[in-house]
Amino acid sequence: MKKLWLSAWTKVLLSLVGLLPLLNLIWRGFRLDLTVNPIEFITHYTGNWTLRFLLITLAITPLRTIFDQPQLIRFRRMAGLFAFFYGVLHLTTWIWLDKSFDTSEMWEDIVKRRFITVGMLGLLMMAPLAVTSTAGWVRRLGFRRWQFLHRLIYFSAAAGVVHYYWLVKSDIRLPVMYGAILVLLMLYRGGQWVKKKRQRARAPSYVRVAQ
Amino acid sequence: MGVDMPLRYSDVTPRRTYMNRRRFLASAPLAAGALAAPFAVRAETKIGNYTKSPFSTDEKPTPYQGVTTYNNYYEFGTGKDEPVKNARNYRTSPWKVSIEGEVGKPKVLDLDAVMKLAPLEERIYRHRCVEGWSFVIPWIGFPLNALLKQVEPTAKAKYVAFQSYYDPKQMISSREARIDFPYLEGLRIDEAMHPLTLISVGLYGEILPPQNGAPLRLTVPWKYGYKSAKSLVKIRLVEKQPPTTWNIAWPEAYGFYSNVNPKVDHPTHSQATEDRLGSGIFGEHIRTRMFNGYDQVASLYAGMDLHKYH
Repeated sequence: MKKLWLSAWTKVLLSLVGLLPLLNLIWRGFRLDLTVNPIEFITHYTGNWTLRFLLITLAITPLRTIFDQPQLIRFRRMAGLFAFFYGVLHLTTWIWLDKSFDTSEMWEDIVKRRFITVGMLGLLMMAPLAVTSTAGWVRRLGFRRWQFLHRLIYFSAAAGVVHYYWLVKSDIRLPVMYGAILVLLMLYRGGQWVKKKRQRARAPSYVRVAQ
Repeated sequence: MGVDMPLRYSDVTPRRTYMNRRRFLASAPLAAGALAAPFAVRAETKIGNYTKSPFSTDEKPTPYQGVTTYNNYYEFGTGKDEPVKNARNYRTSPWKVSIEGEVGKPKVLDLDAVMKLAPLEERIYRHRCVEGWSFVIPWIGFPLNALLKQVEPTAKAKYVAFQSYYDPKQMISSREARIDFPYLEGLRIDEAMHPLTLISVGLYGEILPPQNGAPLRLTVPWKYGYKSAKSLVKIRLVEKQPPTTWNIAWPEAYGFYSNVNPKVDHPTHSQATEDRLGSGIFGEHIRTRMFNGYDQVASLYAGMDLHKYH
């Protein structure tokens, strides 16, 4: 298993898998199979994949410990960058196809519609994470500070779920499901944090100093 | 069977049967191709006699394929692509619709009676959805007032309440859809009597497909689409303003009147513009008109604050 995770081919393969949703969308476009309302279809499609990749990114840390597969860390950055990628496609669809670059209309939406405000915030928070996702930036910021900055993803994912919840007319099943997964992933982190704190408190003082 | 017996509603082969037969006949190698948006042949469900109406718009109708595959019919699923799949085996025969309440002559009609109730007309209407998109649909039907006059409304009949069919065995639950079923709608009596208000039994020259509200539905072109209740089983004349489904679900967003109004926003979006779907790949972004362009209804609301009574 470890060998599989560490292989360069696995990374190449998974990055292609991450592009499959986009390829499927393009394929459907060529077949004129985007429903009679293609703008709505593309918007929902890219938005859904943004949320899915955010949750996949957040699932990697729990999966590493639960299944004792620490090497999975190799794929976390990629998953996060795919989330940002689909988020940018989502935003581009809105700016270009939905709003036709009409800045006043867009501004009105951002200010007046709370679901757009919170969605925009969620996506904006992802931008610095995408930029500082390289090893070089981890070094420049120092691991502690880098890690602190990258906790923004929790807020980004929460914003994404709320954005979805606020926009649906009545059927809240999907946003609630995404929300439930996010809560589980966050509860796991909370549990780990408490556990670590207890261990630290129980450890002899010289270990604490060493940390 | 007599040779010159008129064609009865129930004699018409339901389109789904017809389509299923075709699908069955399609050989396996062709099946993949057939899945790619099967453009429909629709000879067997044609409605014979109807006249053209001066109320029709000369705007270009939305392609049939779009109007019959992109539907808000929550009883058959909340996704737009779900009703066309989930309503495939929807049973609309036999059917009964009851017209009752504050009337002198209540009636229960079967479909043959409905089809013969008044001369059928084709009305090409704009259809504006509250979500910000619009179609142009050639409906076939008759004015609701023709039906109402036959039951002789009493002086107490101030509103008309409409109830759609609901069968939990064929449809999803209220819990899943998050709106109450059976679906309820309502009009003020003068709105219901207005010549533009239609009982539709068909579109594009054929009987209504299940996903579009078979076998009979309301069509009120100056109001948002959800006011035009589908698959009617009860039309009740009442004295008080009746409860309506979307208004119960989210009163700030969906008022009782629900007239198309570019100046009154929905909480999640502006209503100033709409996407006219089916024109070009991405539709055409156009300005929304007051009363969806049906200015002749303006007098019904003279002196009313249409922000308050949205």
